[in-house]
Amino acid sequence: MSHSNTATLSNEIHGDNYLNHSKGLKSWLTTLDHKRIGLMYLATVLFFFLLGGIFALIMRLNLMSYGHPVVDANTYNKLMTFHGAIMVFLVIIPAIPGAIGNFVLPMMCGAKDVAFPRLNLASYYIYLFGALFATAALIGGGVDTGWTFYTPYSIRTSGPVILVLLGAFIAGFASILTGLNFIVTLHKLRAPGQSWSRLPLLCWALYATSIIQVLATPVLAITLVLLMMERVFKIGIFDPALGGDPILFQHFFWFYSHPAVYIMILPAMGVFSEIIPVFSRKPIFGYRAIALASFGIALVAFIVWGHHLFVSGQSELANFIFSLLTMFVAVPTGVKVFSWVGTMYKGSIRFNAPMLYAFGFIELFTIGGLTGVFLATLAIDVHMTDTYFVIAHFHYVMVGGSIMGLVGGMHYWFPKVTGRMYNETIAKWSFGFIIFGFNLTFFPQFIAGSQGMPRRYWSQLPEFDLWNRLSTVGSWFLAVGFVMVAYDMIRSARKGPIAGPNPWEALTLEWQTPSPPPHENFIETPVVTSWPYEYKPSRG
Amino acid sequence: MSQPLNTTGVHHHAHHFDSADHEFQASKQGMWIFMVTEVLMIGAIFVGYLIMRARYPEAFHEAHKLLNVKLGALNTAVLILSSYTMVRGVSAAQRGNNKLTIRMLMTTIALALVFCVVKYFEYSHKIHEGTLPGGNYTYAELSMPHVPLFFSFYFIMTGIHAFHVLVGIGLMTWMIKRVKSGEITPEFFTPVELVGFYWHFVDLVWIYLFPLLYLLG
Ligand SMILES: [Cu+2]
Repeated sequence: MSHSNTATLSNEIHGDNYLNHSKGLKSWLTTLDHKRIGLMYLATVLFFFLLGGIFALIMRLNLMSYGHPVVDANTYNKLMTFHGAIMVFLVIIPAIPGAIGNFVLPMMCGAKDVAFPRLNLASYYIYLFGALFATAALIGGGVDTGWTFYTPYSIRTSGPVILVLLGAFIAGFASILTGLNFIVTLHKLRAPGQSWSRLPLLCWALYATSIIQVLATPVLAITLVLLMMERVFKIGIFDPALGGDPILFQHFFWFYSHPAVYIMILPAMGVFSEIIPVFSRKPIFGYRAIALASFGIALVAFIVWGHHLFVSGQSELANFIFSLLTMFVAVPTGVKVFSWVGTMYKGSIRFNAPMLYAFGFIELFTIGGLTGVFLATLAIDVHMTDTYFVIAHFHYVMVGGSIMGLVGGMHYWFPKVTGRMYNETIAKWSFGFIIFGFNLTFFPQFIAGSQGMPRRYWSQLPEFDLWNRLSTVGSWFLAVGFVMVAYDMIRSARKGPIAGPNPWEALTLEWQTPSPPPHENFIETPVVTSWPYEYKPSRG
Repeated sequence: MSQPLNTTGVHHHAHHFDSADHEFQASKQGMWIFMVTEVLMIGAIFVGYLIMRARYPEAFHEAHKLLNVKLGALNTAVLILSSYTMVRGVSAAQRGNNKLTIRMLMTTIALALVFCVVKYFEYSHKIHEGTLPGGNYTYAELSMPHVPLFFSFYFIMTGIHAFHVLVGIGLMTWMIKRVKSGEITPEFFTPVELVGFYWHFVDLVWIYLFPLLYLLG
């Protein structure tokens, strides 16, 4: 499978890559190249990550000590809403599929592009369009519903709620189209010899993600439409004053939003399924199990939404069933975690930044996942509902899982995307800041939450001051870590040392072509003859 | 389902496919997935309707009597007929009979417009008598709790369907333009086939809507 020599040679002759293939802003804005679209997604996602992150920092500052608020209560509610809505709909959901998936998936298949390049570009603009609506709502006075838009409050509260709903609705279609594109690409555009059983695990993870995107997102779309209709036409389906049922909204909302958690986490699992064997220099342990576990998670994802309604008045039988089903999520998840650890076992591990992020991911995600089992337990959840324990739990999963996957993946594919190496020293330090800052921010929230500190409050009681202070200081470390990553990447993209086609000695197809890759990904269509995880302790 | 990449394609196809058929198969699969998305979207509101109907059977029963079954049946017939003309249009496109394709697409558009006109009369009658969704309901002769909820579902469900009909009319018009430009040949008729596919889906949704809203007592 080693095309790298001829590929490099050919690239030196032609000097053509996807970055210099055509020039000018217009060539970017109208590009059909999945690699460029991936980068456009990345830039936009990171912009909103910054915005949502700033909101979080202000909120943390506000909660730092009792009696010293930084913003008024109304502003706090709006910051909370936009932090949540932006991070969920505009950052984490599109991040790995839209940015990394777009860049890497077709190359891993050995294809020249995704199946529908035009649709791919459309998906980016739809996402951007949705993001503009959300931004307009922000500028137009803000919204205080929380990102879950629970009825009937979201029907009655003032402010441009409809703009946020429209934003999420539109962005949802971007997600659907990305999923659709990936599924068809995986089915129809694999290179000769790239059989299903040789497909890299990131592709499998993105396949499972795409299924959720295609099946769950439309339910959110119709739910948001109904909510808009509530506000415009008083249809009353979710409004108890008009004979409707607000709990029905919660069912619809979580029918999407629980699986959405797996839209966020499965791609990150895929990223680390690539990174871990490469840096352990060992074949991945449990290839088939990891691939199937992605689908197991996707399947279970659809039948557990009721765990968000344990205290809503849902019947006890339903509570019991949803509690039990939720615990099943831990099984395929555990299969994956053990397979990754099994891959590392007796490997010759290289401690480069991507691998550090893999360690961080396993640590944080395991804590996030296990506290998820706590919360799935009815007797505990009844007490923990709407406390910081829940906040800490899902931040361990979403930031500790998805954002770790995004940042780890950005380091791993950085040499492929830019053709240059990032600075390993800065990368390691920034990882240190992130992992330390993250735990300092969110671990105290588990403790405060278990003592009953309620979520969504603008002001907290003085007895939680210690935990709140630690948490706020942690958020600064976290911020510094991300700023360091940004500094390193912006600098290294122009000044880093030339990376060469395959600096990690990885076996998946995207590394068997020059860096940055040529416009059509490969100089000649690759022919796959082996499994991509046959790593040996010392190679070359 | 996988297709090895052996470059034999000569017809119109994008650079990352190896033949026109390869591209056609991919497009068809993409369309199927999109249809699944649509089913889930419309399915959710069907579920909401069925839940509320099961909860308030008397109100929904009384409310459904206010719908005009004759007009609903007429529209059902119109759409079924339009599915037939669409099938003929697609098969004409596959055989390269552009004249017939255009004629059939135009007939389908005409039938779609008939559907819209009938729907317009139904809607305006409802607006006139005040059998409107939720808080806008003002019809004095039937004031029963949860009756307005029925009309919320009625307007949302038929409204979403009508929106799809309008999109269908737009797509068919575009197809006529493409057939006229000579772009559609027996070697490349993917767009026409996929629009046909979409249109059958729109008809199928109505086939479910009609009994569910108009007939179910
Ligand atoms: Cu959940």
